[in-house]
Order: sequence, then structure tokens, then C-alpha cells
Amino acid sequence: MKKVIGVLLISLLSACASQTTQPTPEVEEKSMGTQAPQEGPRTSGVGGPALNPLTDPKNILSKRSVYFDFDSFVIKDEFKPLVAAHAQYLRGNAGARVLLQGNTDERGSREYNLALGQRRADAVKNAMTLTGVKDSQIEAVSLGEEKPRALGHDEASWAENRRTDIRYQGE
Amino acid sequence: MTLDVHLFGEFATGRIARFLRHMAALQLLGMEWPFRVVAPCPAPQKPYTPPRPTAGFRIIQSTFLDSFKVVSMQIGLRGFSGYAFVLFLWMVSAPLHAALNIEIFGGGATQIPIAIVPLAAEGTLRQRVTPVVAADLQRSGLFRLVDPGSLEPHEPAEVAYPDWISRGAGALVIGSATSLPDGQVALRVRLLDVAKQAQLAIYTETVPAELLRAAAHRIADLIYEKLTGDVGVFSTRIAYVEKQGKRYSLQVADADGFNAQPVIEYTEPIISPAWSPDGTRLAYVSFENKKPVVYVQTLATRARKAVANFKGSNSAPAWSPDGKKLAVVLSLMGGSQIFMVNADGGGLQRITQSGGIDTEPSFSPDGQSIIFTSDRGGSPQIYRMKLTGGTSGTAERLTFEGSYNVSPHYSPDGKSFTFIHRNGDRFNVATQDLATGQVQLLTDSQFDESPSFAPNGKIILYATEIRGRGILSAVSSDGRTRQQLSIQTGDIREPAWGPLPRKQ
Repeated sequence: MKKVIGVLLISLLSACASQTTQPTPEVEEKSMGTQAPQEGPRTSGVGGPALNPLTDPKNILSKRSVYFDFDSFVIKDEFKPLVAAHAQYLRGNAGARVLLQGNTDERGSREYNLALGQRRADAVKNAMTLTGVKDSQIEAVSLGEEKPRALGHDEASWAENRRTDIRYQGE
Repeated sequence: MTLDVHLFGEFATGRIARFLRHMAALQLLGMEWPFRVVAPCPAPQKPYTPPRPTAGFRIIQSTFLDSFKVVSMQIGLRGFSGYAFVLFLWMVSAPLHAALNIEIFGGGATQIPIAIVPLAAEGTLRQRVTPVVAADLQRSGLFRLVDPGSLEPHEPAEVAYPDWISRGAGALVIGSATSLPDGQVALRVRLLDVAKQAQLAIYTETVPAELLRAAAHRIADLIYEKLTGDVGVFSTRIAYVEKQGKRYSLQVADADGFNAQPVIEYTEPIISPAWSPDGTRLAYVSFENKKPVVYVQTLATRARKAVANFKGSNSAPAWSPDGKKLAVVLSLMGGSQIFMVNADGGGLQRITQSGGIDTEPSFSPDGQSIIFTSDRGGSPQIYRMKLTGGTSGTAERLTFEGSYNVSPHYSPDGKSFTFIHRNGDRFNVATQDLATGQVQLLTDSQFDESPSFAPNGKIILYATEIRGRGILSAVSSDGRTRQQLSIQTGDIREPAWGPLPRKQ
């Protein structure tokens, strides 16, 4: 009898424990690549009339995340074509507007991380404006560590969260 | 998973204690149990001082008092097995309170032994008063509760001082609670000096029954002030952010965690709450609009206004001591720089001018300068800048130990500040004396954040983590006493201690 109660207790306790220590479900970042913008700007001619280049999975414009190294806000070479493609799109679509959201991993002060995330957003913004995109088309903001895409507490998750996301107005 | 069981006060003695001694002995024999008895059986007279915190779960008398009574009654009836005891403990404790759990570690160097006798007719009240007073005093770490036993004086004439001397009480609290026909309660509470056999203070107030907790906090403040010489902070409130699943809420609660009320709730993050100096408004940062925006909300009316909603990010609000302005951090003009706005959002003025990050401003109590975090020297460090006369002064670096010092907050007397210091892979609460530059590390946990002083400067409230869950913790400014506040589910974080209530 004691054993039965014991097992019951253990399972009860572990149930409670997992309930309380379980990472809370992610505050979902809307999947940028697959979601159709409600009133997104369109280019004419390119890629056929039906396909929005911003959401066409075959188009580089559907890629929306620029990743950074630890404690860095330098755009790595592998992400330069992506940034250049979005810059070109913005130059060709004067009505298009983007929100650049910088993010950081969870370590350290929330407010300081907000400022570090701002640097990552500003880095993408500067790369775009240097190629001639109008300042008025871009707003660079930071979400700091507040909206992690990966919820783990390890290097893989942290790396996933060190990024700037490109969101077009209306998305 | 291990459950640590700590017992306090009357539960550290008698039948339950004997049972736990038995359990502890079995554990020593190598038997596997789903819980660990941390403090088997302290002697009845000695105050129980819990050990340094380890990962585990503790059950504390202050918030579980009523639950424990239920449990001990059950045991008294049936002589339940040990499993059943813990089972009951868990089941009874879990759903009963949505308030914060509070636990205390360590204690002051010299604790004042105080006996608190239940008030005459207190048992008839919906909300008993003396347990709240006792919990407040105990939480400060400066008091040791002396069991009154069977002694029940309510008037000075009924006090037999030799009995209290032999019990080791230095101070004695007695009094009465009279329920009036109109539903109010007349409280009369006396603080007596046992050695001098004299009255130190008397408190009389007639309060509505639903405000008895607030009255109890005022009594605790009076006792604290008379016996320590410092202002008590038991009648203050704290603000913090609670995260439950996808929901974030900004909460305001009494300093003991009771009466938590949501100020605002969202499915997007809220950070950096800051109390206006008069305690009527909260500034905070909300991400509800895909980016950080600074709001000021009036607590009484719930009316709120975006006071910094410029292009880019808006964050890190700090009130000027006169409550007329807010320092905020904006990316409006590139980078993250400190600006000043009026409390209604007008009158934008730039304060810092650096190519780096300047953030987390905190005003000196005289309003003459700010301290803030800046990476202008290559790593995040704390700087001070004078605000005098429009000339944007040069900033003076204050921290030099280590490569990561952030989140500064001035002490109420302006003589020191608290901040987060990275210590290897740990982030800990520290204080630094402004005159001598001396640094004191106050914690040794893994991830501490957002420290701020209680309005009497004696306690620092901060956010930390236990097994991946966000909890609040408070450490005395000498580092000797710590308490933890947690909720049953979800995370709590971003604490801010409100000001002293205004004098009536």
C-alpha cells in the first residue's frame, strides 16, 4: 500500500514539477516567410502576376532573418545578398515600408539587450540606406531579449535569437 | 526532482517534527524519497534559520499558516503515513493562494527578540492582525519571534514582566481588537519594552474590516521604526511583471505580495516599470505595437498615455524626483541615447551625446545628476553625469571591476547605488559606495536582474531565476538576509519598489 501511495505521490510531484518548470509556449513570432501580407506592396512583371516576391519561397525576398555572432552587430557576408535584395526591392517600390526588429539572446540586462538589439536593427538599416533606400521607408526597432524565437538556454537557441527580422508593412 | 521540506515555528516541534526526524533518519539510511528534509528538527526555543538556498522547494509558514493547520489536524486525527503528510501539504498548499510565496534566508547579526500576543477578540475577526505583523517583522530579518505560550495579556496591567524576561523577549506587543456595530474594528496595540517595563508606543485606529491587513502593516511599521530607528516599508507596494503562458501582466501588490492587482495585461511583453515619486502613476515599456513604447499610467483611473512613441525604440523610463519629467532612452537620433521628456510627453530634450549605447538612467535623489549604463569605453559600465544648467556635462565612469556592470539604481540617500555585476558566468546584485568606490557583492545566484532599493534603503529587490522560472528576491543592503517571492505557476520579473505612502 505504501508503495502505491509512494508511486502516486512521485508522479503527482513530478507532474506538478513539470507543470511549473516547463518552458512556457513560445510567444510566436509570425512565420515571416510563409505568411501572405494582407496589403503588401507588389512588383509588376517579376515572377508572374500572381506571385508576391516577398512570399514566394523561391525568391530570396522571402528570407527575412539576418543572424549575428555573439556580441556583434556586423552583417556577415552570407547575409549581404539578402540585405541587398531587400534594399533593391525597397528602392524599386517607393511605397514599401519595412520594420527591422533587432533581437538578442537572453543573457544580461533587458534594457541593455534592448540597446544591443537596436544596434543589430540599425546595422541592417544602414546597409540599406547606403545603397540608396530612403530613410522614411525604414524603421529600425529592437525587441531585445523579449521575443525569443528559440526558447532553449543553450548556444543553439541563443544563436537563433541573435538576429534582425525584416517585416514589411501590413505583415 | 527533490522536494525540500523546511518547517518553521510551531511546526518545527511536536508530532510533525518527530515524524520528520524519522524521515530524515530513513534518508540517512539511503532510502529514496521524493523529498528531502532539509531541517529535521530545530529545538523548540531556537529560531529556525534556513540554510543557504539550494535548488529545491521550500514551504514557509508565513503564507501557508492556515494550510499547515489543516495538515496537522489531519495528522492528529489519523496518524497518517509520511507520504500522506506531504501529499496533503502539496494539495492543500497549491490551490489555496494566488498570492506570492515568501521565504526567508539568513538573518540579521543581532535580531530583536519580540513576543506578539494575539489581540483580545482577534479570533473573531475575518482577517487576523498579529500574524501579518509577525510575518512583516520576521521578513525584515531584524526580529526573532518569541512564542508567547499560554501568556495572554491584553492590557499593560496584565503583563507579568518577569515571565517575559524568562522567555527572552526584549519587546512585547499586546492589545485588543473590538468589532463595532457598524462593521468597523477598533484596534489598540501597545509596544512594551520588557527590560524597562515601559510602553514604547501605542497605536489606535478604527478601520473597516476589509482594511485590517493595511492596518497590520502600519502597526509593523510603527514597531520597526521604534525598535530599529529606521522607517518601515511594510505599507509600501511593489510592481512587477507576471508572465503566464503567452500573457504578460503588470501587477501591483502589497510589499508582502498580497492583494496583487493587474494594472494592464497583454499578449506582448512589458518591461521596466517605474513608480512616480508620489506612487500614483507607473511608467513602463510595452511591446504591444511591434516595438517598445514608453507609457505612463495613472493607477487610480487606469488612464494611460504614450509619453515616448518616437520612430525607433523607446525604453528605460526613470522619473525625476519631482515627478515632472522622465528620462527615457530613444533610438530616434541613432544609437540608444538618453533624453528627457515631460511627464505628459512634451518637451523632448537630449541628455547624452555618445556614439555608443547609453541606457538605464537613474536620477540622484536630489535630481542633480543621473547614473546610467554606457558602453562608450568598450564594455558596459556605469557612468554618472551632472544635469545642471543645460550644459550637457561630461560623464564620469564609476565602475571599474569586471567587463559588465549594468542596471544602476541610486539608493534613497544618494550615497550609493545598486547594480548588476557579471561575475564569471553569473550575474549578481552589487552595491557601490559613491564616496569610496567600494563594491559589495550581495548575491551568488546565476541570473539576477533589475535591482532597486526599498524606500528606506535597507532592502534591495531584484529578479532572479530558480530552475528556469523567474522569481523575485530581496536582499538586505548588508547582504545578510534574503527573501524570495514566487508564484505557483509562471514567471515574475522586472520588480520595482514603490515609494513610502504619503503622510496623511
